[in-house]
This record gives sequence, structure tokens and C-alpha cells, in this order.
Amino acid sequence: MNFHPFILPFAIGAIFLFAVITFKFVMWIRNLDRKQRYFVNKNFFSIKTISAIWEIVREALIHRNIYRRNPLLGYMHMSLAFGWFLLIVVGKIESSFYAGTMFEEPWLAIFFKYFAKEQHEYFGAAFFSFTMDLLLLIVLSGLSLAIFKRFRSKFLGLKKATKHNTFDRLALASLWWIFPLRLLAESSTAAISGNGDFLTGSVGNLLKALPVESMELPLWWAYSSVLCLFFVSLPFSRYMHIPTEIVLVFLRKWGATIGEQYSGLTDIQINSCSRCGICIDACQLNFAASINDVQSVYFVRDTRYGSLTDNVANNCLMCGRCVEACPVGIELTLIRQQLRNKAEIPGKHYFDYNKAEISKNKSDVVYFAGCMTHLTPTIIIAMKKIFEEAGVRYWFMDEEKGLCCGRPMRQQGYIQQSKDLISKNMRLIASSGAKLLVTSCPICYKSFTDEYILDIPVMHHSEYLKTLIDKKLIKLQKSSKRIVFHDPCDLGRGSGIYEQPRDILKQIGELNSCELEREESLCCGGSLSNAVIELETQIKIRDHALEVLTESKPEILATACPLCKKSFVHGNKAKVMDIAEIVAENIILQNKTKTVIEQSKYLTKNLKTKIN
Amino acid sequence: MNNKHVIIIGGGPAGIEAAYYLANNGIRITVFEKDEYPGGNVKNWAKLFPDFGDASVVRKQITEKLKHDNIKFLNNTKIENLAWENNNWIATSGSEKYIADVTLLATGFEVFDAKRKEELGYGIYDNVITSVDFEDMYKTGKILTKEGKIPERIAFLNCVGSRDEKVGNHYCSRVCCITAVKQAIEFKELVPDAHAYCFYMDMRMAGQFYEELYRKSQEKYGVNYIRGRISEAAVTIDNRIQIKAEDTLSALPMKMTVDILVLMVGIESSESTTKICTDNNIVGPYGFAKSKSLFGMDNFSEKPGLFLAGTCKRPLTLPETIADGRSAAVEIMNYLKS
Repeated sequence: MNFHPFILPFAIGAIFLFAVITFKFVMWIRNLDRKQRYFVNKNFFSIKTISAIWEIVREALIHRNIYRRNPLLGYMHMSLAFGWFLLIVVGKIESSFYAGTMFEEPWLAIFFKYFAKEQHEYFGAAFFSFTMDLLLLIVLSGLSLAIFKRFRSKFLGLKKATKHNTFDRLALASLWWIFPLRLLAESSTAAISGNGDFLTGSVGNLLKALPVESMELPLWWAYSSVLCLFFVSLPFSRYMHIPTEIVLVFLRKWGATIGEQYSGLTDIQINSCSRCGICIDACQLNFAASINDVQSVYFVRDTRYGSLTDNVANNCLMCGRCVEACPVGIELTLIRQQLRNKAEIPGKHYFDYNKAEISKNKSDVVYFAGCMTHLTPTIIIAMKKIFEEAGVRYWFMDEEKGLCCGRPMRQQGYIQQSKDLISKNMRLIASSGAKLLVTSCPICYKSFTDEYILDIPVMHHSEYLKTLIDKKLIKLQKSSKRIVFHDPCDLGRGSGIYEQPRDILKQIGELNSCELEREESLCCGGSLSNAVIELETQIKIRDHALEVLTESKPEILATACPLCKKSFVHGNKAKVMDIAEIVAENIILQNKTKTVIEQSKYLTKNLKTKIN
Repeated sequence: MNNKHVIIIGGGPAGIEAAYYLANNGIRITVFEKDEYPGGNVKNWAKLFPDFGDASVVRKQITEKLKHDNIKFLNNTKIENLAWENNNWIATSGSEKYIADVTLLATGFEVFDAKRKEELGYGIYDNVITSVDFEDMYKTGKILTKEGKIPERIAFLNCVGSRDEKVGNHYCSRVCCITAVKQAIEFKELVPDAHAYCFYMDMRMAGQFYEELYRKSQEKYGVNYIRGRISEAAVTIDNRIQIKAEDTLSALPMKMTVDILVLMVGIESSESTTKICTDNNIVGPYGFAKSKSLFGMDNFSEKPGLFLAGTCKRPLTLPETIADGRSAAVEIMNYLKS
């Protein structure tokens, strides 16, 4: 039997690792919520499982996404992950061939060079020996990049590196030592018994200058010990992301998403975080306001270790830039919302004075301006003009006695209060009998699409205006005005609406692009999701965003969100207009048909009765 | 001292007062005014608080002082640049250059642009006006809605652009509370049957006779004071203004329809003040000029030979501004002697 006591640290570490990971996985999967379980059961035996496996190969081994971000960073991850993976797989095959059985001692592959001293012939010996050396070289090259990155992260496209905790440092230090020690141990054996290839053999030749015989065993012991150390610290360090991410990919492919309450999937997601720190670079609080201790990476870490502070949980704009940037695809803003949940704190229900009235007349479209739009009345005036010009029979649901859509409450964690508002609003919307709900506020839009159960479609006004233009219900005049469009967080990243507003603006003026747009668009700083941000910070974020947006000196800075509009107007740097205002300003008034006039008469009457 | 030349940027109360006293002491003065007429923001007032004195009379008293042999008054001259070169102050306006031993900055204030608070509807709805518009209207002797109707209800909203985190102005503009009291009384005198409401956060009556006037406005004129800010204004079908506010004393949201909403716009640093102070590195918070010390050195800036007077430093009332101009004159004379 191929045995030496130095394999014991490795064996103990490996068994420990296996036990802890199994325990954790079982706990998390048991804690999945009902909806998540449903998706797992439904899609377990489906093509989705195969596509998950393919994604694991692509992302966990080859790291395609990181390659796209920075080739060198991608190579670093691939060489370490894929290289190590192949070392294990090829090593296992080699040792099986060597032993002539599939069931050789499990540690034989790990310490193969030591036990394969007396060289008997086995199939492909030369090939394996060369391949293993090559793989080791690849891993070592990745490792040297990793070490270099520790000190010069900019070189690999990362501006800010994450600050790590003790477990991370322990795991990192042992990880750094595993491969150099493997090289030294294998080379020392090669020096003695001459079984090395181009790498281990040449390093072995160099080692011959030293007392190799007395070094060999201590090196193998050290190699085994750092492996043990890495395995023991792994489940408690950021390297837990390696096994967890695999589970996450399966769950995601099966369709499980983060819900309202903290669940097993939340645990799986926060354990999948490798703390790469890409989210720090994506965060405006960092690069525009120099706050660099509240980013998602720290939020996730603190949540995982149970040391989450209010500041870290709440000081976030929920703009979603980090979600977009996260290579693992963790649903960071939704997890934040879960952690902000104050449902268990008995709170007052604030909406006793609600006097919102149901619709008295039937209409085709319900228009919900939203609280923020009421603070930017030019948008409302523009929308009224457009509705009337298009001859649409609409009901202005929150004209006088409206309610909030509930999203700001939800984002602050007042789930119950938010649900109150939602159910009240759903009743109002249903009362109208309309076929479409139009809102002017991306925050409301996101709320309607995500939280409401409605039997009519919802449109943000930028989508709706596009359909009006396409159906030729309104006609626009073209000017030569230079326009830059700012993607509001909840409209762009939140709802994936990028093209409609741009299509409209292209018909009106000359649409210029700016450096950070669409998925990369900046938050205006006025986000309602951050109740603890200081005014100075908000101003810094706003001014930075304005700088990026107005670089091409546009005549109009267009947006599609009343909140963004308000923030940018206070920045005093450019003429800021909502897309509805721009459309209303450039509408070509057509001869109104009889029905339209009747409709507007009807509207006027309707409004008058309301006022009385 | 007769060969010394002082330039004064700003032909408002502070600048003119300083010019007059310096000129009396035989110093050559050049006063630059960016507008056509001197008098600064006093132009905007019809009557002055707290004694309802005629602003045009006061303004005349002030501008009369410019008629002095030692004073050269240049209107329509905006100083674009001020710099310390070769032991002299060089002021540039267009292609003209003016050289002086001493510069007095008296660039004053500008009223807050109420359009920046879109939710209040200024510039959007016809019957939302500012306190400056109210004074203009009062000069005609009538307060009427855009449609020419006599208002039945009027609301005054304090702290528009002052004490407002959202627009970045944390400070109190000091003159708006008392102006609201004054204007509410003026309105009630014109239209005794109408209702006047004044929305406030605090009524800051920290001047002589202010408190008495505040009391009188309630007891004699029946002006209603409601503690709470107006969150938004909307228009009704008959072009009246519907306002939403919270009455914070009864802790209830409220809604009211008024014929005219008057926004008591606050004081902001003028464009010239911010520009010149930034260029010369003496800019303080909110773009106002920063004096060397509030106690004793308030007319000095950190730059030797560059003096400050009036509302370019902070919001001040008219009597304070005039007194400050005079005090600047004393400091400048002492400086020129030494």
C-alpha cells in the first residue's frame, strides 16, 4: 500500500471540508422557500440542468465573464480554477493507470510523485508526466498574477481591492503556498529519483545543490499541511464561493429567485460571493463620494458573519450597478431589501387618512403619475396634453387623492405597510375597467410590474409614448437639438427599458451618447432607497453624474424619471427635461376629430364635477 | 490720501453708502453697477418693513449720495474679473481695465430662482408668484390674479430656497418671514374680505417691531399662520392653485385651494459675488464672500486691500446693509492712512 503519515493532514482536512460543506448545503436547501422549492422540483429533470452544467464549465472553470472584463484577470482565475481542476482530474487518471485500478488509494493522485518513485511502466507515463508539469506551470503563473494583484490591483482592471478578514487571509496564505510547495516537494523527489519532467526535473536539478534527501519529507509534510489548512479554513472564508457557486448556478437555471423573506437561497447567494470587489468599483458611493465601506461585498460579508450594521444595510442607493457588474450574479439589491425587512417590528399603519376614490367613469387608460411626478408638475401637464392630443379616454387616478405605489416603503423594509398600499391601489385600478395602466415614474412602474397582481398591462410613459407615435396617434416635429438621455435606474437596469425612450428622442432631435449609459448608467443620487445618505454625498454623486452626462454639452439632458429630473435640476448644469415634456413640446397639433372634441368635453366635465 | 483710488463693485445700498463717506474724505471713487440704475435689490421693494416706509423714497435718499464730485458712477458695467497685480487691484469689464489701491466688494445678493422648486409650480402656473412679483404688483396698487380677478384667498409660503436641504441652502435668509407678514398686511388692507394664509416653519421675528407687526397681522388683520411647508402645488380647472401641506401643529395633511400663491424667495449669493470670490480665493459657504472675522474684522477679506460690505457676505436687512457700508468706509480709510 502506498502510505506515508504525511498524507494524514491532507486526509483530515479533506474529510472535514466534505462534512462541513455537506452540512451547510443540506441546511440551505432545506431552508429554501416554497416558491424556490417549486422551481427546483419542476425543473430538476429538464434541459435546464444540462444548461446549468454548461454554465458551470463556462463560468466556474473558464471564467468567461471575467475574461470579458479583463483578459488578464480572466486568465488568473482560469489558470487557478481550471488548472487546479485539471491537475486533480489528470492526476487521478494518471494514478489510476499507474496503480492499474480505478480504486487506488484516494491520496495517491495528490502525492503521486512521492509514491511513484520506483518507475514501473504504465500507459502514457511520459504524456501524463509532461501534462502534469505543464498544468502546474499554468497554475503557478496564475498564482503569481494573483500575488501581483494583491499589491497592484489596478494592473488587472480593479481599482479597489476588498479588505479581507482573518479566515480569508489564512485561506489565502495557504492557497498561495500549496502550489509552490507542491513544486518543491515534487522537484525534491525528482532530484532524488529522477522522475521529474521539464519543470519538476529542472527545478530538481537546481535543488541538487542542497541537501535534498533531508528536505524531501519535510516538503511533502508542508505540502500536505497547507492543503489541510486551506481545506479547514475554506468553509469559513471567501473560498466557500467555489463549491457554493455550483449549487447557485443550478438553482438559478431552475428558476429560483430571491423572494421577500430571507431563505436558503439568500444563504447560498451570499456564500457564492468571492469578494472580488468588482462591486466596489461599480459603486458610485465609492468613486463619486469616497465612501468605501458599505458596498455590496461588505454587505454580503457582514450578513454572512452576522455582523451587519445598520449603516452598511441602509447606506445604498439600490441603483443596481453592482448587480449588473457582479460576475456571480448575486441579487444584491433584493437581498438588501430582505435584510432591511422590518415586518416583525410592530409599526403604525400610516394610511388611515386615505381618501382615494374609485373611478366613477369607465376609461381606456389609467394614468398614475406617482408622488414624485406630482413634484414635477410639468411632466403631468405634458402627459395631459399628449393624452388629449391622442384622443385617449383616460382616468388620472392619483390626480387629487392618490396613494403611493408602495415601493419606497418596501425598500425601507416596511413590507406590511407597502402591502397595504398595494392592495388599496389594486382595488382602485380594477375599478377603472381600463385596459392599460400608464405611469410616469419608473419607481412606480417597477412596483406595478414586480409587486402588483394586475390583469392589465403596465407601461412606463416612455413605452406608451412610443406606441402612440408608432400608431400615428401623435405626430412629432424634428429639430436639430442635441439631446443626451439619462437611463433612470429602475427603468433601465430595473426594467430593461433602454430602446423606447431612445427611439422617441431620435425622432425629435439628435441623440448623443455618453460614456456611461444603458446598463452602466449612473444614479442621479436622489434615490429614495437610501434614507441615511447625507446631502453632501448626494450632491457629489449628482454632480459626478451630471459631469458624465453633459460632457458632450447637450442642449437638453433628457430623462424619464421625475426623481432624476429633480436631482439634476438642482445641479444647475444643464436644461433637464422629461421625455414626456420633450414629446409634448414637439407635438404637431392635428385637426381634432369630432370624437376627440367630445372626449375632451367629457373630460372637462368630469374634472369639473371632481372639483365641485 | 487725495491721490488714492478706490473701486466699489456694486451700486446698491452698501456700495453707495461706503462711496459717499469715502468721497467725503477726499478719496476718488469709482462705483460699478451692472444694471442701468443704482439701488440694488431695494428696487424690488414697494414698501419696507417694519414701518411701511416708501422704498422709492429710501432708494432716492441712497442714490442721491452718488452725486458727489469724487464719485464716478458707471452703470451697465459688469466687472468680469478682479485681480491683484503689481500692488494694485485690476478690475476688468469688457476691454476696459480699472486700476485701484483698494477694492470694496458690495456685489449684494440675488433672490432664489423659484423655478428650481418645480413642485411649487412657479413659471408653470400663472397664479404662483414670488414675493418680488408681489412687490411689483403692489406698486401698481392692485393685487389681482392673472385673470384680473380680485383674489379671495391668498397663501404665502416661507422658506422657498432657504433652510432647504434639497436645494442645498441650509441657512435662513432672515428677511422673508417679516416680508411675508408685511405683504399679508398689505394684501389685507387692499382686500379686507379676503383670507390670507401664511405657511411657515418658524416665524423668525428677530428685529425691532417685527414681533409687534406679527401680532398685529393676526389680531387686526386676521392673517392665518399655519405651521408646515407646502409640499406641492397643482392647478385647478379654473386656474386656481391647489396646495398640499401638512399642518404640523395638528399633525394632519391638508389641502387648500387659493387664488394666488406667493413664494417668499430667499437670499442667495449673487453670480458676481461667487465669481469674484472664487477667483480671489475668499469664497465662503454657499458662495458668499468670507470675511476675516465676524468680530472686528468683518469688512476685511483674507486679501489685503479687498474689503467686503453688505449682503455679499450673508443675508442682511436693509438698515444693516447701510450700516455695514459705512463701517467698510471707516476700515478703508484706516487702511489707506497706514
